Amino acid sequence: MKPLLYLAGVHARGSSGRVILEGVSLKLAEGEILTLVGPNGAGKSTLVRIALGLRPPEAGTVWRRPGLTIGFVPQRLTLPETLPLSVARFLTLGTRTGRAQVQAALDETGAGHVIDSPVQGISGGELQRALLARALLREPRLLVLDEPVQGVDVAGQYALYDLIRSLRERRGCGILMVSHDLHLVMAATDRVLCLNRHVCCEGHPETVSRDPAYRALFGRDGAAHLAVYHHHHDHTHDLHGDPHPHGPAASPVPAAPAAPAAARSEAPS
Amino acid sequence: MSAFGLDDFLWRALAGGLGVALAAGPLGSFVVWRRMAYFGDTLAHAGLLGVVLGVLAGIGEGFGVLLTGVLLALLLLALQQQKRLPGDTVLGILAHTALSLGLVAAAFLEQVRIDLNAWLFGDILAIAPGELAWIWAGGALALGVLALIWRPLLAMTVHEELARVEGVPVAAVRLVFLLLIALVVAVAMKVVGVLLITSLLIIPPAAARRWARSPEGMALGASLCGALAVSGGLAGSLVWDTPAGPSVVVCAALLFALGLLLPVRR
Repeated sequence: MKPLLYLAGVHARGSSGRVILEGVSLKLAEGEILTLVGPNGAGKSTLVRIALGLRPPEAGTVWRRPGLTIGFVPQRLTLPETLPLSVARFLTLGTRTGRAQVQAALDETGAGHVIDSPVQGISGGELQRALLARALLREPRLLVLDEPVQGVDVAGQYALYDLIRSLRERRGCGILMVSHDLHLVMAATDRVLCLNRHVCCEGHPETVSRDPAYRALFGRDGAAHLAVYHHHHDHTHDLHGDPHPHGPAASPVPAAPAAPAAARSEAPS
Repeated sequence: MSAFGLDDFLWRALAGGLGVALAAGPLGSFVVWRRMAYFGDTLAHAGLLGVVLGVLAGIGEGFGVLLTGVLLALLLLALQQQKRLPGDTVLGILAHTALSLGLVAAAFLEQVRIDLNAWLFGDILAIAPGELAWIWAGGALALGVLALIWRPLLAMTVHEELARVEGVPVAAVRLVFLLLIALVVAVAMKVVGVLLITSLLIIPPAAARRWARSPEGMALGASLCGALAVSGGLAGSLVWDTPAGPSVVVCAALLFALGLLLPVRR
């Protein structure tokens, strides 16, 4: 079976020329949930925008299954106060559908009660559920969620991840999502890709949480360690940006110069 | 010649003003939602330059304003891609450069005298039958095209990237919308003048916001509000012998202030 989405060797730079992504590859199979985790500035949102085709990669391959219908839940939605827009109307902006379908989609995401409220008047959690419902109306084969729990309290975050997992069970769509907290998404995801400009490690969430690269990024106990964290790379980068494991024995090229490696490694703030 | 005791020029003024108000309501609503008031203002400021160029090129004032507006809109679109100067600075530079260029160029016109006052503040009472046709044709075209791009434009006003993922050709729709603003500015110039056009785009939608519960409701309310302002302003100008264009704007502002006294419907 061909994947829904396939990215290989993706490079990207920011507007100031700073490298955001170097050599990132990922594959998403039908009905699979893949979560991108990583510190602020790790390039998660950039990778999502490249996957969606919202911006081209500087180098690398981006392949989406032809005719793939994507439901997208963006990171932020700030409507101007001057725009009078009900939740029902907001949902039909993406797809022309009748009220019954709109109500059904909102019910499915647990936001049925806000159908006639103005979008500006609902809570952060309700807004995320309304955005999810809008994405579902498109009958997507792939759901892309950029930080779907932003602005939601911790109990609400667990509930949202539960909902996302149950959507996959019911609809069988593949899901690519971004999260900054692995422990919250652990139960809701099949695979995790830990990103810090390059792919630090990937795999089953349990495996990733024990991976030295992940622990180096987030600290053993998660956020508590971030303040005193030191970035111990398990690899260095050569002049082309290719990662190499530590130690001369494992390195296929003679000792990569230390300076660029030091310049490239960057502690998350 | 007169009907209901009003002279023909007054009927033409009313018809021209209503034509502009009806078109400016829905378009102005998008200007408000997309926070583009300053953009509309910049196009309007370039109007005088358009008048002079239109006279020089012999294509007429209306087309001169339209062409200048379109070129400026394209220039602004290109300048928005750069990041060295913030958008409002670019708009400020262009708006006042264009206005000053217009004033300087007007001084070089020797054969034709341009009534600066009329172009800056509008000369609604001097609308000729031909100009009335220009206003209604331009206004109808603007409304028709806006109706065609309504849904995609609304979707990208709510969230541009979401609209793009859902298949909206964002760049094309944005370009068409900018051209529509240029068209309405060209149409409205005769009525309220360069310096007051933005007010007809902004004030009626702002006033209608208090009552509206849907985007379409707000657009329609803005058109009605604009129509009321034109009628009221003309009547006031007739009774108190005040300048017509500014009277229309004052009347719109009064409607807006009246709306503030009412509770917001959401």
